[in-house]
Amino acid sequence: MPKIKAGVIVFPGTNCDRDTVAALTQTAGCSVDAVWYETKSLRQYQLIVIPGGFSYGDYLRAGALARFSPVMEALQEYTDRQGLVLGICNGFQILLEAMMLPGAMQRNTSLKFICRDVFVRVERNDTPFTLLYKRGDVLKIPIAHADGNYYGSGQTLADLEHSRQVVFRYTDAGGKTTGQSNPNGSLDNIAGLCTPAGNILAMMPHPERAADRVLGSDDGKKIFLSIKKALA
Amino acid sequence: MLAKIFIKPKKGILDPQGKAVSGALGRLGFGRIQEVRIGKYIEIKLDDQDRSSAQAEVRRMCETLLVNKVIEDFTFEITGE
Repeated sequence: MPKIKAGVIVFPGTNCDRDTVAALTQTAGCSVDAVWYETKSLRQYQLIVIPGGFSYGDYLRAGALARFSPVMEALQEYTDRQGLVLGICNGFQILLEAMMLPGAMQRNTSLKFICRDVFVRVERNDTPFTLLYKRGDVLKIPIAHADGNYYGSGQTLADLEHSRQVVFRYTDAGGKTTGQSNPNGSLDNIAGLCTPAGNILAMMPHPERAADRVLGSDDGKKIFLSIKKALA
Repeated sequence: MLAKIFIKPKKGILDPQGKAVSGALGRLGFGRIQEVRIGKYIEIKLDDQDRSSAQAEVRRMCETLLVNKVIEDFTFEITGE
């Protein structure tokens, strides 16, 4: 089987690009390019990942400046053709600012940067990113953010529910959505969203930091393996 | 000329910073506070121009980049300096 050609977008201030490249290479055997933010075409790729970090120093709002980079026009063209995109953490924030997904991120209710393992429940396994999980699987994956408090209007939340766009929710270890298991104040415990067509997944937890047992958990590994299977 | 732009969290949206500051002010003995909302203030120096075109330009800046309309509202004023 030919290797999947993946691109990991690097903005000034991105800092999870190398971990993401390693996870894609080691778990899914992808052939990965780090793609600089000035790139104008993404046509050669089967998968694009927007990794975590602090693009443009999170100035103004997380993701607000990255959204206007040249590569984002190429990304729009790429997604118009239903290309697969995985946005992780800052990648989620950028996709929201670019209005490729609805809603916005606010400061965590604790006002603190939170870096620790959390539990998320898989709400959908019929996306290219989650097809190797079972619905209801509970994953231990770390988060690392200050602005992960998802907000959408009442109408937005209803639309997300209606189009089944919530892919991950923060839960306790037993898979229950409780106030206490919500680390950042996200409405409806939302930790990950996809587009109605399912080709874009954005998530705050970092699967690349949970892709090998040696990291404390390999619960995120199946995200990369699912993508591999979906593209096979 | 100078544009003074005020950005604040939309009504009804939880403002964690405002809430924390409200609590701190209360603990310092400032008891008559109903609510604190924290936003941003941006000043932009503009080339001198017709005031209505400056207003249209600043509004476009807000709507394109400076404000996230999902969670923020804005007002602005344009002064001679």
